[in-house]
Amino acid sequence: MAPLVPMSQPWVEKYRPRQVKDVAHQEEVIRVLTNTLQTADLPHMLFYGPPGTGKTTTALAIAHQLYGPELYKSRVLELNASDDRGINVVRTKIKDFAAVAVGTTRKAGYPCPPYKIIILDEADSMTEDAQNALRRTMETYSKVTRFFFICNYISRIIEPLASRCAKFRFKPLSEEVMSSRIMHICNEEGLNLDSQALSTLSAISQGDLRRAITYLQSAARLFGSSISPTDLISVSGVIPEDVVKSLLAACRSGEFDVANKEVSNIIAEGYPVSQLMAQFLDVIVSTDDIPDEQKARICKKLGETDKCLVDGADEYLQLLDVASETIRALFNMPQTLVF
Amino acid sequence: MLWVDKYRPKTLDKVTVHDQVAQNLRKLVSEQDCPHLLFYGPSGSGKKTLILALIKQMFGAGAEKVKMENKTWKIDTGTRTLEIELAMLSSAHHVEMNPSDAGFQDRYVVQEVIKEMAKNRPIDAKGKRAFKVLVLNEVDKLSREAQHSLRRTMEKYSASCRLILCCNSSSKVTEAVRSRCLNVRVNAPSEDQIVQVLEFIGKKENLQLPAGFAARIAAQSNRNLRRAILFFETCKVQQYPFTSNQAAPPLDWEQYVSEISTDILTEQSPKRLYAVRQKFYELLVNCIPPESILKKLLAELLKKLDADLKHEICHWAAHYEHKMRLGSKAIFHLEAFVAKFMSIYKEFLVASFG
Ligand SMILES: Nc1ncnc2c1ncn2[C@@H]1O[C@H](COP(=O)(O)OP(=O)(O)OP(=O)(O)O)[C@@H](O)[C@H]1O
Ligand SMILES: Nc1ncnc2c1ncn2[C@@H]1O[C@H](COP(=O)(O)OP(=O)(O)OP(=O)(O)O)[C@@H](O)[C@H]1O
Ligand SMILES: [Mg+2]
Ligand SMILES: [Mg+2]
Repeated sequence: MAPLVPMSQPWVEKYRPRQVKDVAHQEEVIRVLTNTLQTADLPHMLFYGPPGTGKTTTALAIAHQLYGPELYKSRVLELNASDDRGINVVRTKIKDFAAVAVGTTRKAGYPCPPYKIIILDEADSMTEDAQNALRRTMETYSKVTRFFFICNYISRIIEPLASRCAKFRFKPLSEEVMSSRIMHICNEEGLNLDSQALSTLSAISQGDLRRAITYLQSAARLFGSSISPTDLISVSGVIPEDVVKSLLAACRSGEFDVANKEVSNIIAEGYPVSQLMAQFLDVIVSTDDIPDEQKARICKKLGETDKCLVDGADEYLQLLDVASETIRALFNMPQTLVF
Repeated sequence: MLWVDKYRPKTLDKVTVHDQVAQNLRKLVSEQDCPHLLFYGPSGSGKKTLILALIKQMFGAGAEKVKMENKTWKIDTGTRTLEIELAMLSSAHHVEMNPSDAGFQDRYVVQEVIKEMAKNRPIDAKGKRAFKVLVLNEVDKLSREAQHSLRRTMEKYSASCRLILCCNSSSKVTEAVRSRCLNVRVNAPSEDQIVQVLEFIGKKENLQLPAGFAARIAAQSNRNLRRAILFFETCKVQQYPFTSNQAAPPLDWEQYVSEISTDILTEQSPKRLYAVRQKFYELLVNCIPPESILKKLLAELLKKLDADLKHEICHWAAHYEHKMRLGSKAIFHLEAFVAKFMSIYKEFLVASFG
């Protein structure tokens, strides 16, 4: 479908590959799927890996390439976390779609294999019950239906489903691959990025190409067509190194109140604490004059705190707790008070 | 009209505190293809102000004609029909809402209501933009499921809809959602910046400010601009002309928490614990968020404790706030914190003074 207003999509969508062969960096799955385009053989698939690595892109591309635009609607069911996928939907909507026999219509230029595809994107948000309810459907209709499960964490998919699928891990994009994809976009958009800016962009996006493209587009809007590493860093929201260092310095003072003031300041500046702690960890680990035992104690605390943050605990209290434990570790104070 | 509303800058070029962010936003929306945005930063730092000005920049004055309505949505879950009532603020170009108000049903709001809105092209297709804007407040309070439900919607319908997400702590927004937005940090204004805003308002209202008066209010406000402006107006109501040592009265609930801290520092006993419980109830009934109570209590205690004890107490505050988040009855955890404090403090007193 041609978009009505072509320019109104953000670049991440504009540069979403439409064909499997254009998906970068995931050679293994591309090989299997390219093969499918010739032989029409396709196992159930399970894609997993971090955000922005091409999972949804790949699944949608293969489905489009197999059936073409006309048959797509009748042959492909895409359900994602924005759809209700409770046990009821599994028992009705999914089952009904899976059960329909496949018509013999074929469209010239497309392989149109004799099965339908059900794409369950963001499947890690399906409940275990709903996943269990899928087992039977998968088995019963496997002649006429293929399933694609897509998720960030494979551990959230129950074993009986996972074991029926060919599993593919989508790797974070390497620096070279990311750079070449970014270069491609720069050419299309008439942007100028030197090699230093390119490697900065790869570094701050941490293998997430979607993030890299968003940073690139924002930097292009803000700073024009010549983009420097500093421009990219400023749009990315990476926490400046000084902020992390001054937190450590405050802890080294040994004064609780000094550390508390620094923590309050970090919170007022609005820095995301989970990210700050990841950077704090790097600084602690790479500081030479902190003995291993103290490092271990601080790292243990960071691990515990990360879990608390995931549970939704308060950022200020958690960061203060880390700072306080860091002081206690650096000054070899016991973990709990004994009077 | 309250000063906080009266003096809220309406356009990006009038935004003084975050002028750099405002300039950037203006450039960002100069074309039709801007990405989704996630605004994050402490309370009262100016996020909403920037968002409203940005929407005005995108759509012009039409975006200011808003109507407020309470809509009831009937959602068929297969087994039963849910009724969810939500307040919405909308213009021809944008809709603003707070999906986390639906509590544990927030997932349905995202799946049914928000997806429907995102799907449909803007009503006014002749307008300046080919898309409409959905502003979602407090996304950090959305359940994980609800956040996941946003993901594909943000991609699939990005031609017809842009999301502007707003929250206090971006650590609580899942990585997958953050990856889909340009993240915009809105830091709390510095005390100097707050002084400037207060002096500006003072001038507009034709007020005489004694030397150091604005600075004192700024210092009291904890870098929260909204609070500073509210304090300022309270002072004006309380007494004008201002006297040189006039100060804003502390908020009632903070005063109350401060009393609790004195209570538990002076006596550590089951009887006192029971008395304090009544006070906690009082605060909770008045809708003071339990984590604010705990943080304020900690701040008050830290003012008066020995260095060693500070470490210990701040640890337990973090510990019980986390527990509180996992549980459902805040009072238990507030009380547990106080009990813990009492036992540590009593032990400390006995050890130090016999
Ligand atoms: N391997 C890749 N090759 C080319 N482009 C990619 C790749 N991975 C991501 N992209 C770009 O990033 C965008 C998002 O990718 P995609 O939707 O496939 O991510 P995902 O792996 O499904 O992430 P999530 O887990 O967050 O859903 C695409 O529109 C595309 O522009
Ligand atoms: N740039 C500014 N110049 C002057 N006053 C401002 C500015 N930004 C915000 N304010 C004032 O500060 C008040 C609070 O700002 P705002 O409502 O935008 O905060 P917020 O970040 O959305 O807070 P919360 O997270 O608590 O909702 C506004 O009512 C307005 O009066
Ligand atoms: Mg995806
Ligand atoms: Mg607000």
